[in-house]
Amino acid sequence: MKILVCITHVPDTTSKIQFTDNNTKFDKNGVQFIIGPYDDYALARAVELKEQLNATLTVLNVGEAETEPTLRKALAIGADDAIRVNSFPKDSLFVAKQITAIAKENNYDLILMGRESIDFNGGMVHGMVGEMLGIPSISPVMKLEIEGTTVKMAREIEGGKEYLEASLPLIAGCQEPIAEWKIPNMRGIMSARTKPLNVVEPVDESTATEVMQFQLPPAKGAVKLVDKDNVEELVKLLKNDAKVL
Amino acid sequence: MSILVYIEHAEGAIKKTSLEAVSYGKALSDKIGGGDVIAVALGAIDSGELKKAGIAGASKIIHDANDKLTAGVIQAHADAVAQVYNQVGANTLVLAKSSLGDAVAARLAIKLNAGLVSNVVDLPETSDGYKVKRSIYTGKAFAETVINTDHKILAVKKNAVDLLTDGAEADVESVSLSIDEANFATSITSTDKATGEILLPEADIVVSGGRGMKGPENWGMLEDLAKELGAATGCSKPVSDIGWRPHHEHVGQTGVKVAPTLYVAVGISGAIQHLAGVNSSKYIVVINKDPEAPFFKAADYGIVGDAFEVIPKLTEALKAIK
Ligand SMILES: Cc1cc2nc3c(=O)[nH]c(=O)nc-3n(C[C@H](O)[C@H](O)[C@H](O)COP(=O)(O)OP(=O)(O)OC[C@H]3O[C@@H](n4cnc5c(N)ncnc54)[C@H](O)[C@@H]3O)c2cc1C
Ligand SMILES: Cc1cc2nc3c(=O)[nH]c(=O)nc-3n(C[C@H](O)[C@H](O)[C@H](O)COP(=O)(O)OP(=O)(O)OC[C@H]3O[C@@H](n4cnc5c(N)ncnc54)[C@H](O)[C@@H]3O)c2cc1C
Repeated sequence: MKILVCITHVPDTTSKIQFTDNNTKFDKNGVQFIIGPYDDYALARAVELKEQLNATLTVLNVGEAETEPTLRKALAIGADDAIRVNSFPKDSLFVAKQITAIAKENNYDLILMGRESIDFNGGMVHGMVGEMLGIPSISPVMKLEIEGTTVKMAREIEGGKEYLEASLPLIAGCQEPIAEWKIPNMRGIMSARTKPLNVVEPVDESTATEVMQFQLPPAKGAVKLVDKDNVEELVKLLKNDAKVL
Repeated sequence: MSILVYIEHAEGAIKKTSLEAVSYGKALSDKIGGGDVIAVALGAIDSGELKKAGIAGASKIIHDANDKLTAGVIQAHADAVAQVYNQVGANTLVLAKSSLGDAVAARLAIKLNAGLVSNVVDLPETSDGYKVKRSIYTGKAFAETVINTDHKILAVKKNAVDLLTDGAEADVESVSLSIDEANFATSITSTDKATGEILLPEADIVVSGGRGMKGPENWGMLEDLAKELGAATGCSKPVSDIGWRPHHEHVGQTGVKVAPTLYVAVGISGAIQHLAGVNSSKYIVVINKDPEAPFFKAADYGIVGDAFEVIPKLTEALKAIK
């Protein structure tokens, strides 16, 4: 059994988002990068499955050299080896093509991703890879059990969930509560230093989209406070000023 | 040339977000001369209901009533939509962002060789390339994105355009697509879904509770308020983590991203990860006993006070204006 987990290298969820160069570049100044939170759920579930099924676990990132500490962290959490496709991740299609190429070479039984990246929030790389490989892609998956070659999953839908069954190989875009985030321990951190991290070059440079410019939302005005003993005032404001009632 | 809009339905009705997607398609066609706006619906639904897509701006609705398509099997829906897209000679596919929509759109991007942009918040600018504004960094920023391909897929965020209500009912054309059995290999064995409720991702008003509500037994008061407002209920992450509320009500960075006209937050501190899921709300009301709670900085209106006193009073005050 071979498992692949694809991880993003994204700004920590508390980061202040700012841009430079006339709003054309993300400002990394003071920003800490982490494994995408959804990818972290995928990784945590993969580590559990690896132990349960005696599987091998590879992590993959499409990114420049700066993402290696993030891959090392994934190795510390429990992946056996890592692959970095050495390129700036130009857009979702570009990333999906790189993942597809690696997957074709290595024939993974299960590919886990996050439901979406928390930088570009596309929620599409898993579906694109699934279509290119001709295998199912299910997202957002909140429960995933493997029994033989059958995969039993719960997928979140608006207002509830849907239970599914499919056969391996497949791709799942994961979210909580599929597993609890895992924090690397000292032994994991030590062993991660010597685990293989292979760097490969991208296969196909084509893209479908290009970001021209970034924009920040307009700043919010000051809050209008209403006395707690005068809630009627709030109702009036909502009705007459905001006109939302 | 035409614009195809993929519409979803639940409990016998077209989803409101899908009707908005139809209106987006119509506004897009009016703006760039995109031709007919055709909607496609899959699975069992009454054709009288489907006609209503016309009111939102569609000139025709194509419907495959195949019951196997009623449940949203991702690959089967992608195959069906691709067939209709090619049959009608569309060059743009519009759909509402949703659990199923996202998954289907991604596969279609490959099938149709189309550039896909998600979380679209406005109509494209086409004077110099095909530029689409989308929300990124979980609502903390926007990106002007150019699509370089001839075929385009736009997954539209709630409130990107106004819902049109002045169109006329449109004709429904029944089709019977031939879908490869392999696309049904993933089987949906059951669903577990709230019925008759206003769904959080689609709600115009949301009432959310946090850890300040102290326990699940106190949600009745938020539900009363929600009922008075015609709102859906949501919660913060710890609340769903502890199991006070179901996971699908969890709002924020790692939960549902809402875009209502009014978001009422009760006993929620306003951590940056929670705000990430609500920052597309038009108006935010915060009720918190701590005047220093960070949520007040993101709010339009606020009450500093004990939720257990304020909420029942607010519900009464709302009743009084009816
Ligand atoms: C500093 C910086 C700047 C960036 N600028 C841009 C930009 O301008 N335009 C742009 O399109 N992208 C940019 N990216 C790349 C971006 O992080 C995504 O990798 C890519 O855009 C796909 O995003 P998505 O939202 O469609 O992914 P989604 O479809 O939301 O991702 C779903 C899942 O796919 C997997 N996945 C996604 N991306 C990768 C990856 N790179 N490596 C491995 N697995 C992955 C993960 O499991 C993820 O959870 C930038 C990244 C960095 C670090
Ligand atoms: C990677 C990551 C992702 C995350 N994703 C999310 C997410 O998607 N959504 C999310 O919500 N959180 C998320 N979090 C958690 C987030 O950081 C906060 O811990 C969480 O939002 C706090 O929930 P809360 O406001 O309900 O609880 P608290 O922070 O404990 O706040 C409770 C509030 O209730 C107020 N209060 C108490 N009693 C009363 C009363 N009687 N009347 C009125 N007010 C009262 C208090 O003053 C306080 O402000 C994430 C964290 C991380 C690290």
